[in-house]
Formats: sequence, C-alpha cells, structure tokens
Amino acid sequence: MSDLLSLSAVAARAALESGEISAPELTTAYLGAVEETAPLNNYVAVTADRALEMAAASQARIKSGEAGLIEGIPVGVKDLFCTAGVVSTACSRILEGFTPTYESTVTANLWREGGVMLGKLNCDEFAMGSGNETSAFGPAINPWQGGDGVDLVPGGSSGGSAAAVAARAALLATGTDTGGSIRQPAAFCGIVGMKPTYGRCSRWGIVAFASSLDQAGPFSRTVADNALMMQAMAGHDPKDSTSADAPLPDLMAALDKGVKGMKIGVPAEYVMDGMDGEVVALWEQGQAWLRDAGAELVEISLPHTKYALPAYYIIAPAEASSNLARYDGVRYGLRVEADSLDEMYAGTRAAGFGEEVQRRILIGTYVLSAGYYDAYYLKAQKVRRLIKQDFDSAFETVDAILTPATPTAAFPVGRKVDDPVTNYLNDVFTVPANLAGLPGMALPAGLNSDGLPLGLQILGRPFDEASLYSIGRVIEDAAAFSAVPQRRAGGAS
Amino acid sequence: MLRGFYCNSTKHSIMSVDKSTVARIARLARIHVPEDRQEKLSAELSGILDWIEELNEVDTENVEPIASVTGHSLPRREDVVSDGNRVDEVLANVPETASGFFVVPKVVE
Repeated sequence: MSDLLSLSAVAARAALESGEISAPELTTAYLGAVEETAPLNNYVAVTADRALEMAAASQARIKSGEAGLIEGIPVGVKDLFCTAGVVSTACSRILEGFTPTYESTVTANLWREGGVMLGKLNCDEFAMGSGNETSAFGPAINPWQGGDGVDLVPGGSSGGSAAAVAARAALLATGTDTGGSIRQPAAFCGIVGMKPTYGRCSRWGIVAFASSLDQAGPFSRTVADNALMMQAMAGHDPKDSTSADAPLPDLMAALDKGVKGMKIGVPAEYVMDGMDGEVVALWEQGQAWLRDAGAELVEISLPHTKYALPAYYIIAPAEASSNLARYDGVRYGLRVEADSLDEMYAGTRAAGFGEEVQRRILIGTYVLSAGYYDAYYLKAQKVRRLIKQDFDSAFETVDAILTPATPTAAFPVGRKVDDPVTNYLNDVFTVPANLAGLPGMALPAGLNSDGLPLGLQILGRPFDEASLYSIGRVIEDAAAFSAVPQRRAGGAS
Repeated sequence: MLRGFYCNSTKHSIMSVDKSTVARIARLARIHVPEDRQEKLSAELSGILDWIEELNEVDTENVEPIASVTGHSLPRREDVVSDGNRVDEVLANVPETASGFFVVPKVVE
C-alpha cells in the first residue's frame, strides 16, 4: 500500500485515468494511513464511510469520462471549514457538536471537482496560534522528529492539515491563512502551502477569524499538486462580498514557464537580529538557485516590515473580537445555563473559549473601545496602508519576492513560553502578505543540522499566483527535497 | 465602560492594562474572568500592548487608514428575497428551542 501513498496527486490522477489504480483503492490506502498515523492527532474526525462512497462515485465518473480536476483524490479538511452533516468545531469547545446544514464554497468546489473527503483536521482554536497547541482536541504532532525523538509542533494554525499531508495521511488538504497559518506549518512539515491573493478563494462557510485577512489555500507535497488543488478550489463566489471576480489563469500551464528574465526581490529588512544562521544560508541558496535559472536578483527595501506584526496584533484581534461575538450560547454550540442573559453569555464564553482566544478577544475589545480606537485601531490601519505601499512600490521593479518562510524550524510541543509575544514572532515573515492581501507560497528547500525541514517563501503581485508556481517549480527542482518524515504512514521505520 | 474616560485622548501616553481594566473589558466582551485570573491577564495584555507601542515610531500623518485591500466597492444585488423558509436548518444546532424560537433566560421583569 505504501506505493499508493507515495504517488503525487498529479501522478495519482494519471494512474486513475489509465485504470492502473482505482479511486476506492486509493481511498482505502489513505484511510489505512489515517488509522496508522492516529497517534499524531492530526484528524479530529474521520469520515470513512463518506470517503468510500465518494470514491465509488469518483470511479464511476472516471469510467464515464466525466472526471473533475481532482477526481478520486483523497483530501483532508481543516476543521475551520463547515462541512454539511459533519461536525465542524474550529477546534473549540464552544462549537462542540456543531453540525452545519451547509457546505463551505471551497469544499463544495473540491467535491464538485471529484475530491474525496477523508475527514476534518486539527487546528489551533479558531485558527489562533502558531503551533496547533491551542486546539480543544489537544496538539497535533509533526511527523518529523528531531534527533532527540521529542514531539515537535507541526506549526499552526493549520497544523493538522500540514502534518497529515507530510505524514501521507492525506494527499491534499485545505488550510486557512490569516497571518501565516498555511505557510508556517507548510515550512515546519516540509511541504508546499499556498496562501492565495485575498479574494481568490471564497470565505463563505469558513469560520471567521479576521475577515479582512483570512484566506483559504491548498497544502500538497509537490508544487504541481498545489497548482492542481488551487485550480479546483478557487473562483468567484457571490456569497462572499469580498470574493474577487478575477479570472483564474491556467496554473498548471505556469509550472514549466521557468524564471528566465524575471526580477526577484530580496528585502533587506527580512534580515533580522538573532536570525538562525541556517535559515540565512538557505535563503542565500534559494537566491543562487533562481539566479542560476536565469532570474535577476534585486535587493529591495520594505521599510515598514518591522511594524507588520504589531499592526497585525491590533487588526486581527479587533476583527476577531467582533466575529466571535456570535458565540453567545443562543443559536448554536455550547451553552452554560444561568439566571440572566448576561450571565449566560459570560459563563458560556468563559467555558467555551480557550485561553489564547480569550486573550485575543480581550485585546480586540480593548483596542476598539472608546478612547483607544484612534490610538490603536486607526493607527494600525494607517500602518497597514504603509505596508501595502511598500509592496506596491517594490512590485514596480520586481516580479516576485523571496524570503525565508519562518525564523526557525519546528519547535517542541509544550515548549514553555511565558510571554505570548514570543509565540507571535513565529509569523514575522508571513504576516505582511496578509496585511497587503498578496499571494504567498512556502515550500521546502532543505534540512537543518537537526534533520528538520526549512522553507522558503515567495510573495507575488495580487492575483499573480501563476508566477509563484513558476518560481516554486524552479526552487523545487533545484532543491530536490526528497527527505521524508520518520512518522509517516507506510514508512519503513 | 471605558466610554467617556479617555475622550480626546489620542495623544495621551497609553498606560498598561491594570486589573480593573481587565475586569472592564472582560465585561464588555461578555467573558467571565474570575478575579484570580485577572492579575495574570493584566500582565499578559500589558506585555502585548507595550510591544504594540512600537507603532508610535511610525509617522502616519496624512496617511489614510485602510480597512480592506480589495480596492473594490462592495457589490450590490436586487433587494429581493432569494432564500428563506429554513427554520429547521436554522434551529438544527440550537441549545434550547421551543415552538420554532430560540429560548433565552428571562430578560424582562
């Protein structure tokens, strides 16, 4: 069965079309892998019966020549997406047992294109975290292990998604990225993750965290698989008023375009004090690869970079405090009974939200409150414009930007951190793209001296995901990243 | 609760979040925060806000705030009913319901 698990989605599609393998066979192999990797706690719900039904239907469509883009491909879904008839909790106690009667647009698109749902994947509670440690279901575990055998986080918030794909327990998976929640876990797990341009993927049916920043995107083990899944999940949706009515180019066609003649920016401000030397070396290696492939590397300046994180930690909690006001014990989810309505609200929200979510709601409430609104929220929105302008001017001279994906490799589960700000620094390289609404891709580029994957990030112009796939493919070929995690399904160890 | 205390205060030096402020914003956010957690939260929130103070270094004079990066105005649609009659679906996940209504604790004396 391990042969089936090592196929890329593109290769699996070809094997399905030629009849070499069948959709039920592939899905059965993946359901076995899900079971085998259960100790990693990547899945919070497994939908085996539904997966087998969907696989059988896929097989019929393949036979009748009606196959969709990802027909018969097993897909895992971050628990932030509402899936009709399947419990969707955002990994929060406050949504315990919540079973949507509707399907998110992104997952509906994936099923329309023939995807097979394996189940729901672990994530940080309401996508608030960078280690998948705030989940009400407990931490998801990275299939990569350090030399000492200690459990590592898969990153977050889409930690279960990245870990499942890396562990061969899903061929593709959905994630969402508000400040790096696709790209940081992709880097920590040695896989490819794409946050598309804001507006590319519909937010309809995705549990909202910070609506002006949230975007859904794909996880995969190869750049080509990522383009394939992106093609299937993106598209204009009238049900999301911020969904962009922009044509989606043929992303698969972009894969082999190369980077000859492209100008790639290297931002001076992304060199930070105390940065891991191996991360810096890999970044330089990435620049060399692109130069060798015919790109011109250009030093650029993004002067407001250091203010992106503090601005984000005003804007995101502010939007979250407003979005999460809906969890009131009245319409769905948890309810703690009390004598008055106010006590019922306060008791329900105290019992239902975890510590990090409460912290962010409180910060958001504070920065939006009278007297502080101008000093914090309005100030952050102004800084956000300056950050966007930095990118606008950079893209007048360069076609894309190359940066490290994360300041470090994956860290141990349960690492003691007294100061929440230390955790927030994980997202230093990823947050600016969310504030500016830009597409960003993280992909594996090498291993550090502990044998853990490190990733690079490519940022592009709005709606130019295609160039990111061209560049990503060049880096993928040059890096020839073939290392596999120890705790993968079907592994020899 | 904070309303009125710090009006005209965009220039004031922003102080750390003390215990009573934690209690006030917790009340605004409708989250019950027991007194024994207020101290810890006060330290954590102050730490976060002190770090955020960095933004004051940035000159934002004459910079327009930005709320959305899409650059397009919100689409409009015909003002007609396009969906509805889904009482069962709306109530499918309700903690307490009666006769097609949401049930809440008594709010009128």
